[in-house]
Amino acid sequence: MSTQSMTNQDAHAHGHEHDDHEHHDPVATKVFGFWIYIMSDCVLFASIFATYAVLGTNYAGGPTSHELFELPFVLVETFVLLASSFMIGLATLAMNKGNKQGTMLWLALTLVLGAVFVGLEIYEFHHFISEGAGPQRSAFLSSFFTLVGTHGLHVTSGVIWAIILLIQIATKGLNDMNRSRLMCLSLFWHFLHIIWICVFTIVYLMGVI
Amino acid sequence: MFGKLSIEAVPYHEPIVMVVLAVAAVMGLAVVAAITYFKKWGYLWKEWITSVDHKRLGVMYIIVAIIMLIRGFSDAIMMRSQQAIASGGAQGYLPPEHYDQIFTAHGVIMIFFMAMPFMVGLMNIAVPLQIGARDVAFPFLNSLSFWLTVAGVILVNVSLGVGEFAATGWLAYPPLSDIQYSPGVGVDYWIWSLQISGIGTLLTGVNFFVTILKMRAPGMTLMKMPMFTWTALCTNVLIITAFPILTVTIALLTLDRYIGTHFFTNDMGGNQMMYVNLIWAWGHPEVYILVLPAFGIFAEVVATYCKKRLFGYTSMVYATVAITVLSFIVWLHHFFTMGAGANVNSFFGIATMIIAIPTGVKIFNWLFTMYEGRVQFTVPMAWTLGFLITFTIGGMTGVLLAVPGADYVLHNSLFLIAHFHNVIIGGVVFGYLAGFTYWFPKVFGFKLDEKLGKASAWCWIVGFFTAFMPLYALGFMGMTRRLNSYDNPDWHFPLIVAAIGAAIIACGIACQLLQLFVSIKNRHQNIDETGDPWGGRTLEWSIPSPAPFYNFAHTPVVEERDAFWDMKEKGISEQKPAEYQDIHMPKNTSAGFFIGIIASVFGFALIWHIWWLAIVSAIGIFVTMVLRTFNDDIDYYVPAAEVERIESQRYQKLSNQA
Repeated sequence: MSTQSMTNQDAHAHGHEHDDHEHHDPVATKVFGFWIYIMSDCVLFASIFATYAVLGTNYAGGPTSHELFELPFVLVETFVLLASSFMIGLATLAMNKGNKQGTMLWLALTLVLGAVFVGLEIYEFHHFISEGAGPQRSAFLSSFFTLVGTHGLHVTSGVIWAIILLIQIATKGLNDMNRSRLMCLSLFWHFLHIIWICVFTIVYLMGVI
Repeated sequence: MFGKLSIEAVPYHEPIVMVVLAVAAVMGLAVVAAITYFKKWGYLWKEWITSVDHKRLGVMYIIVAIIMLIRGFSDAIMMRSQQAIASGGAQGYLPPEHYDQIFTAHGVIMIFFMAMPFMVGLMNIAVPLQIGARDVAFPFLNSLSFWLTVAGVILVNVSLGVGEFAATGWLAYPPLSDIQYSPGVGVDYWIWSLQISGIGTLLTGVNFFVTILKMRAPGMTLMKMPMFTWTALCTNVLIITAFPILTVTIALLTLDRYIGTHFFTNDMGGNQMMYVNLIWAWGHPEVYILVLPAFGIFAEVVATYCKKRLFGYTSMVYATVAITVLSFIVWLHHFFTMGAGANVNSFFGIATMIIAIPTGVKIFNWLFTMYEGRVQFTVPMAWTLGFLITFTIGGMTGVLLAVPGADYVLHNSLFLIAHFHNVIIGGVVFGYLAGFTYWFPKVFGFKLDEKLGKASAWCWIVGFFTAFMPLYALGFMGMTRRLNSYDNPDWHFPLIVAAIGAAIIACGIACQLLQLFVSIKNRHQNIDETGDPWGGRTLEWSIPSPAPFYNFAHTPVVEERDAFWDMKEKGISEQKPAEYQDIHMPKNTSAGFFIGIIASVFGFALIWHIWWLAIVSAIGIFVTMVLRTFNDDIDYYVPAAEVERIESQRYQKLSNQA
C-alpha cells in the first residue's frame, strides 16, 4: 500500500518541469526522513521500556500490578486503537484513489477513535490515582504512568495533527504536501499501535500473569 | 505571578559574578550599538537570522561555539587558578558552592555548547558541498535546530545572572540532583538547557542522515563519499540512536524533581544506578559523536596537504562503522566501581579495549598517507600532527583505564580528568580547529593568517601537555576530581604547573582570535580567487569561494572517489557549461528563530515555576509551528540568467589568473 502511494507521489513530484535534479525527490525524502524520526522515537520508547523493566516490580509496599490492572478494560482500549489504525489505512487508500471526501471521513473517524482511546486512558489514570496508586506512590507506578502516559501523549499529538491535517485537506485538497503529510501521519499512527502492542504485552499481560 | 523568581535571584553580593555580568553587558551593548550605527539590523535579519542556507547556519553555529569556548575556558582558568592557590589550608578565592557551579558549567558548556555546535557547524558547511547538494534535506528544520541550540545557550548564560547553575557535576547524578539535595533552580537550568538544545541536535541528526543518504550527486555511491561525509553519516546515526536516551533520562529526572515520582530517589523503590546507566548509554556514544567528524577532518586534511589519496580508504570506512557500533556496548566502563560483578566488568572492559583497534587503524592510515607524500606544513597539518601524538597518548591511557582493576584505583581521580581532556582536546578541539582553518576560505573567500594559526597550534599543543601531564601524576598521587581546596602539600607544585599550562592555552586562544582579526583586516591579500586554494580533492573545492548560495550551478556527476581531483586530472574541472537552468531554492523563514526564542522563554518559565508563562509560551511554539505548516510559499526559483551572471564572474576570475 505504502509503496503504491509513494510511486503516485513520485509521478507528481517529477511533473515539475523546472526540476533539474531528478535524483532528489522531495516527497520521498520527506517520508524517508519521517521514518528516521520514528526510529529515533523507537529508541525513546525503548529507554522507557528499559526503565520499566528495571523498576516495574519495585512496589515499595504499595499496590502491585496484579492488584491494579484489569485486562478486559485494556482489551477495549486495544481494540479502539486497532480500529483507528484500520481507519487510517482506509484513509490512505481513499487518498490513493484521489477521493477527498473519503479521505476526510476516514481520517475523522481515526481521530475520533484516537480521542476515545486517550479518554479511556485518562479514565484509567484517574481511577488509579483516586485509589491512591498515583505516580508518586512507588517506582513501579512512576514508570508505569510514564510509559503509558508517553504513549498517550503521542496519541494525543497524533489526534491534534489529524485535526490540523483535516483543515489542510479541506482547504487545499489532496495536493503533494498533504499527501506526504497523511503518509507520515499514517506511519506515525501504525508505529504507535506497535508500541501499544508492546505496552499491552509487557506491562499489562506480563503484569497479571 | 513570578513563581520562585524574585529580585533575590540576582547574585549582586558576589563581586566576581557581577563583574562578569557588567563586562558581558558592556560588550553586548557595544555589539547592539555597532549594529545600529552601521544600520545592519535589516541585513542581519534578512541574511542571517531568518536564513535557511546551510553555510550561513554553519557560520552561526561556529560563532556560538567560539563564544561558548571563551566562556567555558574562563571557567577552566578559574578552576586552575583556584587549585593553584587553595593548598595546605588556604581556601582560595572561590567558595565551594561557587566552585561546584563552575566545574559543572565548564563541562556542560564545553560538551553541549562548544563542541556540539562546532561539530554541527562544520557539518553544515562541508557536508552538502562535499556531496554536491544545493542544501540539506530539510532546510527549515536546520534553522529550527540552530535556534533550539541557541535557546539552550541562552538559558545557560541567563543562569549566570539570574539564580544559579547546577552544582552537581556535568551529568547531574541523582540523588544529588534530586529536589531533596538540590532544591535550588541550578539543576532545572541544567535540565531545560540540555532538553531544548538536545531536541535541536536530534533534528540535526535526522536532517543530515537523510541529506547524506538521499541527496548525493549522481554517481557518488557510498564508497565514493569523502571521508568527512562518511564520519558525519556515522555521527548522525549515533545522534539518532543516542539522543532519545538523553531526552528520556532528563525527562525522568524532571518528573522526579517536578511532580515527585520515584525513578532515581533513595526511597520508594527508586534506583540511582538506572540513571547512571541511562545517561552513559547516551554519554558514551556522545564522545564518538564528537570525535568521529574530527577524524573525518583529519582524513581530508592529510590527503589534501600530502597530495595523495587517503591511504586505506576502505579500512577507514570500516573502522568508522566499527567504532559506531562498538560505542554502544562500552558505557559501563564509566562506572566499573558500581559493582556489577567481575563478568560484567570484564565484558565492558574488553569491549572498550577493542575500540583501540579500529582507532589504531585510523592512526596508521593517516601516517601512511603522509609517508612519501609531499607534505605541506600548513596550519591544519600542524593541528593534525599535534593530534596524532596527543590523541595516541590519550588513547593509551584510555586502554589503561579500561582495565577494571586499574579503574578501581583511578576512578574519579585526576588521571581520568587528564585522560578525557587528552582525547577531547587532542582529538575533538584540534580536529575542529583544523577544519575551521581548512574550510574557512570556502565560506568567506579568503584564507586565514598562517603565522598566527601556527602560533595558536603550538600554544595549544605545548599548553595542553603542560596543563594535563601533571594531572596524570596527580591521579597516581591520589588526588580526586572536583576538589575546591586540599591539604596535601605534594599536590601543590604539579597544580601550579597545570595552571601555567592553562595560561599557555589562553595564549593559543588569543592567537586564534587575533588570527581572525588580522585575517579579516588583510583579507585582500589572502583572497581565494579560484575556489580551490589548497589543491583540494573533493567537490566543495570545485565551486567558487565564497560558495554561491545555490552551491552548484549544475549538479556535478561523480565518477571516482576524490571526485574533484578526478575532474582536474581529466581536465574537465574548469569547463564552462553550455547553458544554465533555473534553480529551485528554499525561502528564508523566521519561524525557526521565533520557536527558538519562545522555547527559551518556555524553559525559563519552567525553571522558575512561572506556570502561566510556560503555558503561554508552549501555545506560542505550537501556533508558530502550525502557522508554518499552513504556509505554502516556502520555495522559489533562481532564474537561469541570474545563475549565469554569478557563474560568469568566476570564469572571468579564472581566466584572469591564467
